[in-house]
Amino acid sequence: MKIRATAAIMECLLEQEVDTVFGYPGGAILNVYDELYNYRDRIRHILTSHEQGASHAADGYARATGKVGVCFATSGPGATNLTTGIATAYMDSSPVVFLTCNVGEPYLGKDSFQEVDITGIAMPITKATYLVRDANTIPDVMREAFAVAATGRPGPVLIDFLKNVTAPSVMIDYEFVPWTQNRRLGHIQALANAHELKAPEPNQDDIDTLVDMLAESKRPLLICGGGVVRGRAHKEFRELAEKLDAPVAITVMGGGGFPGDHPLATGMIGMHGSKASNVACDECDLLLAVGCRFTDRVALQPETFAAQAKIVQIDIDRSEIDKNVLTDHHIVGNARRVLEQLNGKVGTFHHPEWKEHILPLRAPSVPRESEKLTPKQALEVIRRMVPEDTIVATDVGQHQMWSIQHFHFTYPGQLLTSGGFGTMGFGLGAAIGAQVAFPEKRVIHTTGDGCFRMNCHELATVEHYHLPIITVIFNNGTLGMVRQWQHLIYHERYSETTLDRGPDFVKLAEAYGLKGFRVTTQEEMKEAVQAALDAGCGCVIDCVLDMDEMVRPMVAGGAHITDFLLH
Amino acid sequence: MKKDFDMTKRPYTLSILVRDVPGVLSQVARLFSRKGYNIESIVSGETDRPGVTRITIVVLGDELMISQLAAQCRKLIPVLAVKLLEEENSIQREFALIKVQAADRNARDEVIQMANIFRAKIIDVSRETLTVAIFGEREKTGALTRLLEDYGILEIAKTGTIAIERGRSTIYDNSKIKEEYNYGKNVL
Repeated sequence: MKIRATAAIMECLLEQEVDTVFGYPGGAILNVYDELYNYRDRIRHILTSHEQGASHAADGYARATGKVGVCFATSGPGATNLTTGIATAYMDSSPVVFLTCNVGEPYLGKDSFQEVDITGIAMPITKATYLVRDANTIPDVMREAFAVAATGRPGPVLIDFLKNVTAPSVMIDYEFVPWTQNRRLGHIQALANAHELKAPEPNQDDIDTLVDMLAESKRPLLICGGGVVRGRAHKEFRELAEKLDAPVAITVMGGGGFPGDHPLATGMIGMHGSKASNVACDECDLLLAVGCRFTDRVALQPETFAAQAKIVQIDIDRSEIDKNVLTDHHIVGNARRVLEQLNGKVGTFHHPEWKEHILPLRAPSVPRESEKLTPKQALEVIRRMVPEDTIVATDVGQHQMWSIQHFHFTYPGQLLTSGGFGTMGFGLGAAIGAQVAFPEKRVIHTTGDGCFRMNCHELATVEHYHLPIITVIFNNGTLGMVRQWQHLIYHERYSETTLDRGPDFVKLAEAYGLKGFRVTTQEEMKEAVQAALDAGCGCVIDCVLDMDEMVRPMVAGGAHITDFLLH
Repeated sequence: MKKDFDMTKRPYTLSILVRDVPGVLSQVARLFSRKGYNIESIVSGETDRPGVTRITIVVLGDELMISQLAAQCRKLIPVLAVKLLEEENSIQREFALIKVQAADRNARDEVIQMANIFRAKIIDVSRETLTVAIFGEREKTGALTRLLEDYGILEIAKTGTIAIERGRSTIYDNSKIKEEYNYGKNVL
């Protein structure tokens, strides 16, 4: 059947069961948007204020749902505005397909208006990039792009269409093939011959070895990494933890992979890890990390990391093995498959002494009594008042660490945070993506005054689509995390971190047609949260905090994991 | 047990089989530049299979870094196979064209003799110069170059190293390292 090339793009989205896309139109992508108009009953387009917001929204959508997110942008600046979002998705292994258009073939490479080599720019921050110069390849490329984004270790993919390829007069052969079947088609089959397009089947001998190691271990520690969340292996992980009766440390990306309020959970590990997690890491005799790449924020000092332990890594990506920390044993495979098989073979253990030693080190998280509002008080109020399955999107910095320390996440996709790339401004976009995906769920966006200012224009999107997102600003008038470093390491030389400037966030919210509240005490916080929950529209709660609040505990970068700079 | 990696720096030769798609060479080369490792040489050429290109890279590094690079390289979509070729089980050659100053007769004779000793060929002659073509191992071309320096080298054009395994085994055989062989193929 002959159809328009742009219609083939839309049909290929429908093949993948895409019903929501995020984006921003422009000159080069006009033809695609013109076609989208025909499909507006089947594909919902969310128009953001800025391409970066669209990229984070598609990313947040993907993280919350586990499906592939889709984001459109035009050539040149539209495409480059995506790059921060692409890199954010890449570092956190989030499956997003980015579609951009470029200038037409005759103008390519001539520094034409709004021309940029986006496939070249995006190469280091994507799993794959495609430049489509021939309309007939559209179905193959689209199918391959989605297959690549979603299989193995997920990640972003970028497709750049030349404008002439999308011209309304271009007709191509196209047959609708649902995604479950189109992976058997010729082109993708060729790809599958070189690269397995399914998760690798774990090696049985490796699993047996691990079963023996677990049986010998007296002081085991589990690390729940982002792979548990991406692989939706939370049930299997929990079963393993309970069978082993081992403490569980949770990385930033692992939030939601293991219930934060579980009796075995020791909280975060690494730079702002709890004493329990970090001491357990230092003293354990077996460290089993699932879907964790031991970044410099977890393995602060790789040479001494878990020095007494045999380190075992379970990861879907072979190239993560032995990358940051040398391991004693590893299993390559999808977290869920590996844990399923492991659970089938591993016995039940009890480690009362080891638990007795580690678990009491968990800092009791009792908010300090104070007239003025403290971050912990604010979070405690939110935690008590919102539904248990509330999705939390954070930006980056102190409020991010406080949020992750304080909230207990129970399912994958409940915490949306830029753990790898540390992108300020990620939260509001991600919250929009999550709220669009789950209109019935409550979405809270925690942010700092610095982060919020970076992408607060997306409040326009929140208002327009009637998204009842509650933004909570931890407003301490400073770039808190950077100030904390300046205070502790740079001899209190607060170079350019004080944000003593506008806007008035309450008025800003109102200017966007939303509700704004300013709170300075715990009581006011309770009232504001209640009002926001009842408001039925997007709200901004501006919490005025002390600028010298710090994230505790803290271990300096590169230091030994139990060398606490702050307790 | 933690794997013991040889941490001494030495040249490693990687043979990489790729699908011939635009930008593939830069995609592969980028992996090496990202970590600041210098590529000693890179050669790309067609193979017996249509649409498949073979890239040979020599890079200075330690074993841990090379195994990392190989693993990352395998993840690239156009990459079909990556194989580390060790000197003892492979043949490694390069080709060089050396233009030498040889105006007087003595110099000319000596250069020709030297070329003969190295089984190189004189491929161009002018009043003042000789151009020598030499094919061989890196050490061999290097040795001849050093000897010819006495006469004055005007310019050198050199390919990088190309390499092929000795005996029956080829890059088309399952070229994954053992553990990967057990897991099947590259996982995206």
